[in-house]
Amino acid sequence: SILLILSQCSVNSSVFTQEIMKWNGWGYSDSRFLFNKKGQAEFTGKRYRLSGMILPSLKDWFEGTFGASLQHKSPATVSAIYIYFFNAVQPPTLNEAFVEDLKSVGIPFSHDAEDRVFRAHGHCLHEIFALREGKVGRVPDLVVWPNCHNDVVKIVELACKHSVCLIPYGGGTSVSSALECPPEETRSIVSLDTSQMNRILWIDEKNLTAHVEAGIIGQDLERLLNENGYCTGHEPDSMEFSSLGGWVATRASGMKKNIYGNIEDLVVHIKMVTPRGVIEKSCLGPRMSTGPDIHHFIMGSEGTLGVVTEVTMKIRPMPEYQKYGSVVFPNFEQGVACLREVARQRCAPASIRLMDNEQFQFGHALKPQVSSIFTSFLDGLKKFYITKFKGFDPHHLCVATLLFEGNREKVLQHEKQVYDIAAKFGGLAAGEDNGQRGYMLTFVIAYLRDLGMDYYVIGESFETSVPWDRVLDICRNVKERIIRECKERGVQFPPLSTCRVTQTYDAGACVYFYFAFNYRGLSDPVHVYERVEHAAREEILANGGSLSHHHGVGKLRKEWMRETLSNVGMGMLKSVKDYVDPNNIFGNRNLL
Amino acid sequence: MSSLFQHRDPMLKKRDDFEDILEERRNSSDLRYALKCYTPVVYKGVTPNAASLLKTTVLQSDQLHYVVDQLSKETGVAADVIQEEASAILEEMAHRQQLSTVRFFAFTLSKAFKALFRSIHVNEEGIQRLQQAIQEHPVVLLPSHRSYMDFLLMSYILYTYDLVLPVIAAGMDFMGMKFVGEMLRMSGAFFIRRSFGGDKLYWTVFSEYVKTMLRNGMAPVEFFLEGTRSRTSKSLTPKLGLLNIVMDPFFKGEVFDVSLVPVSISYERILEETLYARELLGVPKPKESTSGLFKARKVLSEDYGSIHVYFGQPVSVRSLAQGKVNRCHFNLMPRHIPRRPSDETQCFVNDSAYSLVRAQEENMVLKPWVLLASLLLQNQSQGLLLDELTEQAVWLRGLSREYGAFLNWPDHMAPSEVVSSSLSLHRDLVKISGGRVQLPCSSPITEEELMNQAVVVLSCTSYRNQALHVFLRPALLASAIHIATSAKKEEVYNSFSFLRNMLSNEFILCPGATLQDFEEACYLLGKTGALQMSQQEMQVTDSGQKTVNFLTAMLDPFLQGYQVVCRYLCEEATEALTEKQFIPAIRTFIVRLILAGSLRYYELLSSDLQKNALAALLRLGAIRKIKVYVGGKLPTQKAVAARL
Repeated sequence: SILLILSQCSVNSSVFTQEIMKWNGWGYSDSRFLFNKKGQAEFTGKRYRLSGMILPSLKDWFEGTFGASLQHKSPATVSAIYIYFFNAVQPPTLNEAFVEDLKSVGIPFSHDAEDRVFRAHGHCLHEIFALREGKVGRVPDLVVWPNCHNDVVKIVELACKHSVCLIPYGGGTSVSSALECPPEETRSIVSLDTSQMNRILWIDEKNLTAHVEAGIIGQDLERLLNENGYCTGHEPDSMEFSSLGGWVATRASGMKKNIYGNIEDLVVHIKMVTPRGVIEKSCLGPRMSTGPDIHHFIMGSEGTLGVVTEVTMKIRPMPEYQKYGSVVFPNFEQGVACLREVARQRCAPASIRLMDNEQFQFGHALKPQVSSIFTSFLDGLKKFYITKFKGFDPHHLCVATLLFEGNREKVLQHEKQVYDIAAKFGGLAAGEDNGQRGYMLTFVIAYLRDLGMDYYVIGESFETSVPWDRVLDICRNVKERIIRECKERGVQFPPLSTCRVTQTYDAGACVYFYFAFNYRGLSDPVHVYERVEHAAREEILANGGSLSHHHGVGKLRKEWMRETLSNVGMGMLKSVKDYVDPNNIFGNRNLL
Repeated sequence: MSSLFQHRDPMLKKRDDFEDILEERRNSSDLRYALKCYTPVVYKGVTPNAASLLKTTVLQSDQLHYVVDQLSKETGVAADVIQEEASAILEEMAHRQQLSTVRFFAFTLSKAFKALFRSIHVNEEGIQRLQQAIQEHPVVLLPSHRSYMDFLLMSYILYTYDLVLPVIAAGMDFMGMKFVGEMLRMSGAFFIRRSFGGDKLYWTVFSEYVKTMLRNGMAPVEFFLEGTRSRTSKSLTPKLGLLNIVMDPFFKGEVFDVSLVPVSISYERILEETLYARELLGVPKPKESTSGLFKARKVLSEDYGSIHVYFGQPVSVRSLAQGKVNRCHFNLMPRHIPRRPSDETQCFVNDSAYSLVRAQEENMVLKPWVLLASLLLQNQSQGLLLDELTEQAVWLRGLSREYGAFLNWPDHMAPSEVVSSSLSLHRDLVKISGGRVQLPCSSPITEEELMNQAVVVLSCTSYRNQALHVFLRPALLASAIHIATSAKKEEVYNSFSFLRNMLSNEFILCPGATLQDFEEACYLLGKTGALQMSQQEMQVTDSGQKTVNFLTAMLDPFLQGYQVVCRYLCEEATEALTEKQFIPAIRTFIVRLILAGSLRYYELLSSDLQKNALAALLRLGAIRKIKVYVGGKLPTQKAVAARL
């Protein structure tokens, strides 16, 4: 692709992450699932533990679950070349004065179609589906790459001066339509890509904090800190691609929040550039009683108020010891009861997740080919023990995966405590290996959707948080609602409708739903998909679930904000927006 | 209210066919039937061991604990004492269904039913729908209630079709019959006190008991929306308590959905026929007792015709509540803390209850005798010649079918045959002399004579009443046209609305559906050519006169009745009157008027009508209830009453 990069500023290599990423699917270009000539599933590339492996049972699971067939392919219809070079993308509407001023302050920018399309979407199903079909809606007219906080200040000033719409872009992993350009926007839309602001500016070992530029990507931040013996411990499932600024802007949550906390617990100081100027606190005190915490206007603002440029966050020494684990429960009810008890005793490991039976079976289908007869014999024995000897029904049992962290002695002690609780609920320890595979799957599962889309299967996940006493009810009702809605909307095959409990809190849990179906025979599968997801969200709300635990609202869930926050609550947020950004420069129209 | 129950053209209503379940009983061994292999399909989400854990689950529920704690704090009584009390309430209430008892009933009821009835017709498609529903969601069975027989009959049918036997909410009065009470309990009945308004503990145990059975999905819950047996064969205004309870688990997300299945049970001849009439005339209801039941053995030698049981379309509470109840309102409080239902919920439950009763009414099977009784009641003084009666009945058959009645008229028989066989089944109620058919009433001299004749008339009205729901809306319109000051549509609508409002304690008229009912009535009268409508005016056609006369005559006794009640309150009642005094006093007043020949409808002696009229006047504000030291007193506001 052609980049219009001005020479004064050197652009860091990671501007080219775009080069190694798929433009119409999830993750790295070299990593994907496919069915090989023998009809066996394999995962390509070298990046993951599963890479290069054959997954012998995936095909049967896939065909059995969705009624799909390897004979019925639905590959992406358009090659990249078609989109970029045959005018599928609208030519940019440039604000010449803005571009001129940008040139004069020496900030790199581009209006190349590929750069613009790449930043016009997140990873919602409808966004990816459209890309695969070569359909592109409104895209940003220009992409700019500020290199530091001061660059952002200049860009925002220029945007205000020339009335340009700014949409901050971090890692592009949004699943709330947050990056979609409002079609009604008439001003020139500029995507502000923070990827060049990716340095750790300082580390304070006395206070265990690090001051980091907000464009840094999760895995880079962790790697760089690890080199110094530290970590943030913040590991959202998207951490390979999502950015620090994005976490702040959406109120992200990490897998290991039980030890390290969610983003709101990790952040000590935030610097954000707004049309009114820069907002930040005057000190690094660990807690303040100075009126409502202004950080909470910033966290979750989803790019509607400004650009987060620098963040001071807590760091921890790297854990001495890590241990995975897993527990099998006779049924989901028992599993939830166990998680509740673990939360009650406040002894949750770094991570504890409970998959329902469908996900357990799915996880099983992703088991790689075993290398020796011995392992296969061992697996058989385990299965025999659990189903025949312990009498677990393979169609009801479910699995919790665990991750412990800390010093070795404490981890072992902690492990025992958790397994003892599990035993009270009929749970059987099921080994480290199952646990580890569970977490590894977290990172590859997103790739699997692309495989499905090659064979008429579309799907998505969504999440909520809910009080403990409603966990079972919400899981049952939402899953059932999905199945019902699919049927009523003419889906010809039973859908996959499954859930897991991914986080525990004192007062409730975070629940994830996964849902996918075979869309053969449907004329507008995405519309059907959207209606079902909409119905599922209504069901979540009717069952006492929240609008979102950590994905955010974006434009996808905006319609429920008023009932979620009350009129006054909406008014409060609106008045903040009106003060901070009266001309709606940050015009992505998320949230409100 | 809901489109679920709406049919634009009643003629197009599709109804299932019936099968006679007694036929097989007459051809094979009852014993083998009672001992047959019984393996019903169950709800897919049924909790294992639900039945054996039921009482423990209730007693250990958060709901009960909360209320026990609260009561303990309020009264100072130790919590475990109250918990004991709760346990005792549950003991008194709970069913103890066991298969052996069910088999015993299967055997004895087979014998009894064969002796009493010619046939028991059941719509098998309804049974299939029910079977489907039972697997999908917790099910609530809502049969109409006309006879003691109803719930035994229901269980008998479900047993016959290998469906899960329901647990049935029964009134405590059954418990009076010691042995029978226990038998019923073992067949699946649980007993609730007739009134426990303020008793929080009782209410909690009771509602938790019902909800636990629903959530666990172990068996369909069965209760009578009408609350009690209708003595008049008119559907009664639904009671909301239990309906509220069974909908609650859905509102709170504890179950995905609940299926409500209205069941219409129609008897060709009701066992309690004269019993009811006596009761309505003021002979108090005999207390249920086992010996009384055995005395009733003589009924076994009589012919009670056939029964039709129609299992209606299951109604999903979820679909009903769609857009009407915002379940988010239940999010902000722990679900085990009892709360008054919001106005929105109350209103929804009320509307649903009416729709469900309407659904029961719609699938009630009407026998030819129902039409004959209607005609004979309109011609009480002279009666009708047999030929006339047949001719009129054929006319009425046509009309009622046009109006969507579920008429079970044997079309393969000659009309005269149909009429005579109906008359012979109900020979106790008619007198045929010289080819003239009439009700046995001839200017009585004494009150006793009058009462004896009134028993027959009231028995007859209970048959006519079965058809009322078919003719009610057109009849309201016909009467409205009759009393309206002009033919202007607006005027007629106002009269219609006034009549409908006044009679809404008497009949099942869904609240807030006045316009809808008016339109339906216009449509029906227009369709049959009885009414001509222009933009502003409505006019009865010449050919429609007969229809309109019939319809007005059908409603006339009720209007007369309300007038008499008003007259009594205006003319006779002293300043204030207690509720207890009202019924005997008005009865004496009416007896006097009838004996004096100035009132011709004996059915006005029905205490049901008198109570309804009083309730209506109370509701309309024509009279007021004041709490004085002894009971309620009813001062009248003459101005309003006079308008009637």
